[in-house]
Amino acid sequence: MWDWQYVFEILPELVRALKMTVSATLCGFAVACVGGLLLAAAVRSRYMFLRLAAKAVIGFIRNTPLLVQVFFLYYSLPVLADIKISAFAAGIIGLGLHYSTYLSEVYRSGIEAVPKGQWEAATALNFSKWRTWRNIVLPQALPPIIPVMGNYLIVMFKETPILSAITLVELLLTAKNLVSDTYRVFEPYTLVGILFLAISYPASLLVQRLEKRMNLPRGL
Amino acid sequence: MQSIVRYSNITKSYGDLEVIKGIDLDIAPGEKLAVIGPSGSGKTTLGRMLMTLEVPTSGTIELDGELLWHIRDKERLIRANEKHLHRMRGSVGMVFQHFNLFPHMNVLRNVTEAPRKVLGMSKEEAAESAVSMLRKVGLEDKLKMYPAQLSGGQKQRVAIARALVMRPKVMVFDEVTSALDPELVGEVLEVIREIAEEGEMAMMLITHEMDFAKEIADRVIFGADGRIVEQGTPEQIFDNPQSERLQSFLKRFRAGYALRD
Ligand SMILES: Nc1ncnc2c1ncn2[C@@H]1O[C@H](COP(=O)(O)OP(=O)(O)OP(=O)(O)O)[C@@H](O)[C@H]1O
Ligand SMILES: [Mg+2]
Repeated sequence: MWDWQYVFEILPELVRALKMTVSATLCGFAVACVGGLLLAAAVRSRYMFLRLAAKAVIGFIRNTPLLVQVFFLYYSLPVLADIKISAFAAGIIGLGLHYSTYLSEVYRSGIEAVPKGQWEAATALNFSKWRTWRNIVLPQALPPIIPVMGNYLIVMFKETPILSAITLVELLLTAKNLVSDTYRVFEPYTLVGILFLAISYPASLLVQRLEKRMNLPRGL
Repeated sequence: MQSIVRYSNITKSYGDLEVIKGIDLDIAPGEKLAVIGPSGSGKTTLGRMLMTLEVPTSGTIELDGELLWHIRDKERLIRANEKHLHRMRGSVGMVFQHFNLFPHMNVLRNVTEAPRKVLGMSKEEAAESAVSMLRKVGLEDKLKMYPAQLSGGQKQRVAIARALVMRPKVMVFDEVTSALDPELVGEVLEVIREIAEEGEMAMMLITHEMDFAKEIADRVIFGADGRIVEQGTPEQIFDNPQSERLQSFLKRFRAGYALRD
C-alpha cells in the first residue's frame, strides 16, 4: 500500500508547497502583529470614534468565518471595488486581519499588565504619547506575551489549508492535485500531515520553553 | 513677584464625589510649600492636577503666568490640547510615592531617557547631566544597576534624579517616603533637604513627615475635605494652630496614631 518510490517522487513538490505555506503564515502573522497592535491602541484611544470603530471591526471579523472572509477578499472585492489581488495577497490579508483581532486581545492583556504608574511617570517626564508607547509601555508589555503570540503563530500555520479554497497552492491543495493526477490518496495526505507536524511540534516545544523562561521569578 | 503656580477656584469631582472643593493657592518661584492633612483630603489630587495627570473639574491653574489646562479664545477659555499641555508640562516635575522607575532600563537610562527623547539632548550630554544628578543623590556608582536590584531608598533617589534632570520650575513630591522602610526614610529626606537648599526650584511637598515639613518648608497648608483649612509659616501651623481641625490633627499625629481623620 505505502509506496516509498512514489513518496520520494512527490516529496520535492510538497516541500516546495510547504515553503509557500510557511511564508504565507509568516506574512499573515506579520499583518496580524501590526494590525493587532493598531487595534489594541485604538481600543484604548481617547477618541470615542476610534474606540468604537476598532470594537466594530473586531466584533465583525471575529463573528464571521475566516473562509468567508478570504472568499470575500479574493472573489467579491474585484467585483465590488475593482481591486484584483493575488491569492497569496488575499490569503495573508485574510489570515492576518482575522488573527489581528485575537492578537489585539493578547496585546491588551500585555498592555494592561503595565502598571498605571509607568504611564504617569512617562507623562511627568513629558514623553509624547508615541514615545510613551514605544519606549516605556511596549518594551514592558511585549516580552511576557511572546509565548502566547507564538501559539497563535502555530494555530495560524495550521489554518492555512483554508487558503486552498481560494486556489492558493499551499500544502493541502498540492496534495489534492497530486491525488487527482494519480488517484493515490494515502501517501500525499499522510505526508501533508507529517509535514505540518514536523513544523508545529518543534515550534510548540519552543513556545513551551519560552513560557517556562517567562514564568521564572523576576523580582521587581 | 509673579507666582510660579496659581490655582484659582479649582474643583475636582470623581462622579458625584467632590474631592477638591474650590481651592485658591499661589506658589512663589522657589517657594517650598508643604501640604499636610488627613488621608483622603485631596492632597495627591491637588498635585496631580498640576502634573496634568488629573483634569480639574472647574477653575484654572496658571503656570508661570500661563494657563495650564486652557487656552484663551478671545474672551472664552477652551480646554487646551495635548500640544499645549506638552509645552506646559516641561515646567513641572513629580516624584511619586511608589517611585515608578522604568524596570526595563538601568539607572543611567532611567535618568537619560527623557533628556534624550524629550529635550533632544545627545547621548553624551544627557549622560553627563544624568551622572551629575546621580552624584547629587549619592548613586553615581549604581549606573548599571536595574531598579529591581536597588533598595527602596535608592529607587526613590533615582526617581528624584530622573525628575530633577528635566530642570522643572516646580516639583511635586507626593509622600515620597511613605512606601519606604523606616530606616531608609532618612537618606531620601536628606537628598530633598539638599535640593531645597539649592533654592531656585519651587517645591510642593505633600507629606506626613511633620518634622521634616517644619524644617524645610517656607509655608505650610493644612487641607481637609478638599479645602484649605489653615495656612501659614511652619511655626504658625505647628506651634500655634488656630483651627480646631488642625489642632486635633496635630494632636493625633503627635500621639502617633494612624493618619486617618
Ligand atoms: N481616580 C479616582 N476615582 C475616584 N475617587 C478617587 C480617585 N482618586 C482619588 N479619589 C478619591 O479622592 C479623595 C482624595 O484623594 P487623594 O488621593 O487626593 O487624597 P490624599 O489627601 O492624597 O490622601 P492620602 O493621604 O491617603 O494620600 C479620596 O476620597 C479618594 O478616594
Ligand atoms: Mg495622597
